[in-house]
Amino acid sequence: MAAESRESAMHAGAAVPCGETISREVVVANSQGLHARPADMLAREARRWQSRIELVADSQRVDGKSILDVLTLAAEAGTRLVVEATGPDAREALEAIGSLFDRNFNERAGSQQT
Amino acid sequence: MLKLQGIAVSPGVTIGEALVLDAEGFRIPRRFVERSAVDTELARLAHAVAETAREMEHNRDRIHQELGEQYAAIFDAHLAMLHDPRLQQELTAAVRDRNWWPEYAVSRTLRRYAKVFQSLDNHISQRAHDIYDIEKSLLRNLLGQRRETLAAISQPVVVLAHNLTPSETANLDRRFVKGFATELGGPGSHTAIVAEGLEIPAVVGIGPFLADVSGGEPVILDGNEGLVILQPDEETIAQYRLEEEAARSVAARLGRLRDLPAETTDGVRIQIMGNIEFPSEVDQCIDRGCDGIGLYRTEFLYLTSKREPNEEDHFEAYSAVVKAMNGKPVVIRTLDLGADKMLTEKTPEEERNPCLGLRSIRLSLRELPMFRTQLRAILRASALGDVRVMFPLISTIVELRQAKMVLADVMEDLAEHGIAFNRKMPVGMMVETPAAAVMLDSFIKEVDFVSVGTNDLIQYTLAVDRGNKEVAELYNACDPAVLRLLRRSLDVAAEAGVPANVCGQMSGSVMFTQLLLGMGLRQLSVPASAIPEVKQACRSVSVADCRLIAEKALTMDGAREVKAYLRDQVRRLLAETVA
Repeated sequence: MAAESRESAMHAGAAVPCGETISREVVVANSQGLHARPADMLAREARRWQSRIELVADSQRVDGKSILDVLTLAAEAGTRLVVEATGPDAREALEAIGSLFDRNFNERAGSQQT
Repeated sequence: MLKLQGIAVSPGVTIGEALVLDAEGFRIPRRFVERSAVDTELARLAHAVAETAREMEHNRDRIHQELGEQYAAIFDAHLAMLHDPRLQQELTAAVRDRNWWPEYAVSRTLRRYAKVFQSLDNHISQRAHDIYDIEKSLLRNLLGQRRETLAAISQPVVVLAHNLTPSETANLDRRFVKGFATELGGPGSHTAIVAEGLEIPAVVGIGPFLADVSGGEPVILDGNEGLVILQPDEETIAQYRLEEEAARSVAARLGRLRDLPAETTDGVRIQIMGNIEFPSEVDQCIDRGCDGIGLYRTEFLYLTSKREPNEEDHFEAYSAVVKAMNGKPVVIRTLDLGADKMLTEKTPEEERNPCLGLRSIRLSLRELPMFRTQLRAILRASALGDVRVMFPLISTIVELRQAKMVLADVMEDLAEHGIAFNRKMPVGMMVETPAAAVMLDSFIKEVDFVSVGTNDLIQYTLAVDRGNKEVAELYNACDPAVLRLLRRSLDVAAEAGVPANVCGQMSGSVMFTQLLLGMGLRQLSVPASAIPEVKQACRSVSVADCRLIAEKALTMDGAREVKAYLRDQVRRLLAETVA
């Protein structure tokens, strides 16, 4: 699956990915990890940008615009991830996504919401 | 390649295309779309996605109103997954580039995601349920009224299912089913009986595995070892092809036994009867040289159609078998179903313990018009050959007498109308409850024959639901308690000079042939597939030796000890029959 995701991730961004790749490290702070709601927020935000957005954790690389793909990271609270953006609006995209992590996806720490 | 271990319930090996039925019975074959129809199919897919989204939104709004936003959030997650651009793109590509049928594309793609989630060691693995929900909604919208049923199979398949209900198996087009594998079930479950009747391999109690397979993929079913092999590699396929071939040649060798009598080496003639459920199975019994039909199950008449069978439906089925048997005995067992299994509305309220509830003869005695209809048809068939009637699940003398009274009443009715029947038609009962075995000395005076149904006798004696895989291990024909009830039944019958038979899986397994003959049994009723092997077993033993084996087995304290002993004893026979 990992190899396969990677391949389709390439196709997913189809028209765009030229330009530089920039990245930044983020930490999952939600007590429940990157569960359905934050994954959805993340994917929605990523889709607002032309650039290809990928999340990298250890050996796994997923398409940031796909909630299903993001969920397969199963990132728990405290996980360090690298967000990579490639494309014309990479810088803005990276900032917007980074801020989602910084704001803890608008969840209070220790919130039980799923 | 993925090897899964289950419980072997019907022998043989087969290689075939998977037909997957999930818990809702959806059938998703691997089917392709004509290139010219791709756009139409894509539109159909888009429509199903839109419909599914509409349903999700509707549910979200309803739950939002009733329970609040927090509870509605799950539907937002579903919507987000459904609209996931990756998913949509994969589905489109599957239809456009690989020309997959949209149903198949949906099933394949979503199951792959579900599987990834399931494999996560994290609470996210719960999301697999959401994926299945989405798959189901999409399939429901895609298939709509065209939902495929088992009855519509048109090519050979291996049926993989969560569980098969009696009505599903009854509706199968049996010509095309090469084998069964189910997630649930234990030895003696309905799937096992049907598979045995069809002489196809079956494995049950595998546990969850349907997520790992899609319709149309090749699978190997090994009913000898209880294995299901998904995505087999070429080497494994080749190995199983050889096994299939070898099985065919053994069958051919056993086929030569057809016209030889089942006679022991010391000259005792054993009657080998066939168990059948469907009239068509009678040919398989005749082909193998049976001495009659020892158990004709009639449940299929009640399971295959939505309405209650009428007298002509019954008569047509019975007379076909009776005529085919050409004067040889045919034992017809009256309805042996629980109220819960009936398609017609006979079930008044939910039963907590269907096996101990309103079923079988109890149901017949409660639903007299239905019972009388069946008895009329059996009696009419009795004019055409050697027909005998048998009442199942008798547990009190009152039930037996009531059933016989209804029969006498129906006879009078037929006589009044000048309809032909055999007034001397033999009447028998099944011994399948401990109560019947213990009280058999009373019952025996009022019946012409008895037949011990070991499947139910084991279940009721050992208090084990044979369909529950958690306790299926306790279901053991070797248990001394079962053997003692069996011996008592055969002794009582012999003393009274009443013919006795054993039907049920025990009689069809050569492991028990010597034990049963040693206990005095002279008639066995077995599935058609087992006739040659059992006949071969009878022909290779002497009653004198069998007696010693039975005596020894009956002194043992535990099922394990008995099993080991019988297995040793049969090894010699198997060496001759299978080698």
